[in-house]
Parts: sequence; structure tokens; C-alpha cells
Amino acid sequence: MAHLSIDERTAGNVTILELGGKITIGDGSVQLREAVRKLLEQGHKNLLIDLGKVDYVDSSGIGELVSCYTTTKNQGGQLKLLNLTKKIQDLLSITKLLTVFETFESEADALASFGG
Amino acid sequence: MTDTIELTIGSKFDFIEIVGSVTKGVTELSGFDEETTNWIELAIRESVINAIKHGNKESAEKTVDVTYTLDQVALTILVRDRGRGFDPTCVPDPLDPENLLNPNGRGIFYMKSFMDEVEFSKHPDGGTIVRMTKRRTEPDGNGKGETGSDGPSID
Repeated sequence: MAHLSIDERTAGNVTILELGGKITIGDGSVQLREAVRKLLEQGHKNLLIDLGKVDYVDSSGIGELVSCYTTTKNQGGQLKLLNLTKKIQDLLSITKLLTVFETFESEADALASFGG
Repeated sequence: MTDTIELTIGSKFDFIEIVGSVTKGVTELSGFDEETTNWIELAIRESVINAIKHGNKESAEKTVDVTYTLDQVALTILVRDRGRGFDPTCVPDPLDPENLLNPNGRGIFYMKSFMDEVEFSKHPDGGTIVRMTKRRTEPDGNGKGETGSDGPSID
């Protein structure tokens, strides 16, 4: 059973991935990794991950976000986060990952940050 | 009075959801608030993931025992695997700048962040036991778990 849903859409030069459900060890983490890998292969280098409908993340899910960030950056792209829930914000904060990720509460602000 | 609930699962990640549900139920029964319940559930999930992945090496015939003990003072949860044991002091610090982008190594940190006490020991018959405690009340009698004041300490 898939615990994570991923809806993909495009806004200008940015691909937005709207995630819903759980990013946890096993299926959820693998699905996210595959989705990001596929987009990078297709040349989509500006990725915005919308976490607003994610109700659960464990350390594997946080690790997968880090891994996707690194992979995207290493390929000359940018990966940013949108609509963090309080839980996700806390998990990123105590592991100092809010110093790594660019995060946004507004989609318009996030899109503008990628530039033209 | 002390209440005990025991759960034994095979080494499958699919069973983590069951452990999560039982933990949530026990924690709510203990009177902890919603936020504290969430963090306790996360800590136990992380411990069971470690037991399956690093302890039992996902070996189907090896089990993980989860024991919840609730008394007036605290909720104590033991997670035991059947692995060869490990040295928790060897786990790299996930807050070290050179480890920040490591995709692994945050599970034990989260367990220690969200529980009052986390201890590792070896079972005499083999395997590692992780003992995690969440106090129901502060030593001065204030209701810690019920106030929501014991969430993660944010930098």
C-alpha cells in the first residue's frame, strides 16, 4: 500500500511536487527518491516540495529530503520546501536542517525565489 | 499500580504502523497531550526501525519485543531485538556540520530528544534492549506530560 501521494505540476520554470500522507521508511521514502530522480533526468532542475499535506515523517523521511536536496544541488539544480507542518518544522529545526533548506509559507514567494 | 502491555512483531517495516498505533493508544491512555503523544510515537517507531534494520538485519525469523509499562510516575518502553548489539557511542553526531547532509543517523538523536531517558543495554540471551522513559509528572509534582511543555527544544 502506498503511504505517500505525489502530485506534480509546473509553474514557469519550477516543478512543484505536492506530497500527501507519510514519508517514512520503505515505500514513502523510495517514492520520493524516484520522483525526484525522474524529474532531474528529464532536465527539471528547479524543484519545490509542498509538504502541507504530509501528516507523518520519520528520520528516514527527513533523510530522504536531505538526499533529494543533495542530489538536486549536485546536478546544478535547486530544491526548496513549501508549507512545512509544525511537526516537520520541529524535526528539521532540532537537527539544524532549517539552516540547510530554503523554506517558504507562500507559493508565490517560493516561485519568485527561483528567479526567471 | 503498574500496567504492562507487550507486543512482539516480526522484522518487517510494514509492522511499524501497528507499533505506532499501539504506542499512540498507550500514550493517550497515559494522559499525555497530543503533541507529547506524537513525539513518543516517533521515538518508539525510530527505536523499532533500528531494531529491525540494524539489530535483526531484517531477518524474517528474528522478532522485536516492545513492552510498555505504565505506573504513576512514568511510561517506560523497552524495545528488544535479537541482533549482535551495537555501541551507541559510535553513532556520529547528526548536528556536527560535516554530518548535516548525511541522509542517515538521526533516529537515536530524535529518540533522545523526545524521551526523558534513553538507555541501551545488552540482553543476557543476546540482542540489544533500548529502555525509554517519559515521566508523567515533574519531580516537583507538576504535570509535565499533560501540559505540553515538554516538546522538543528548538534551537
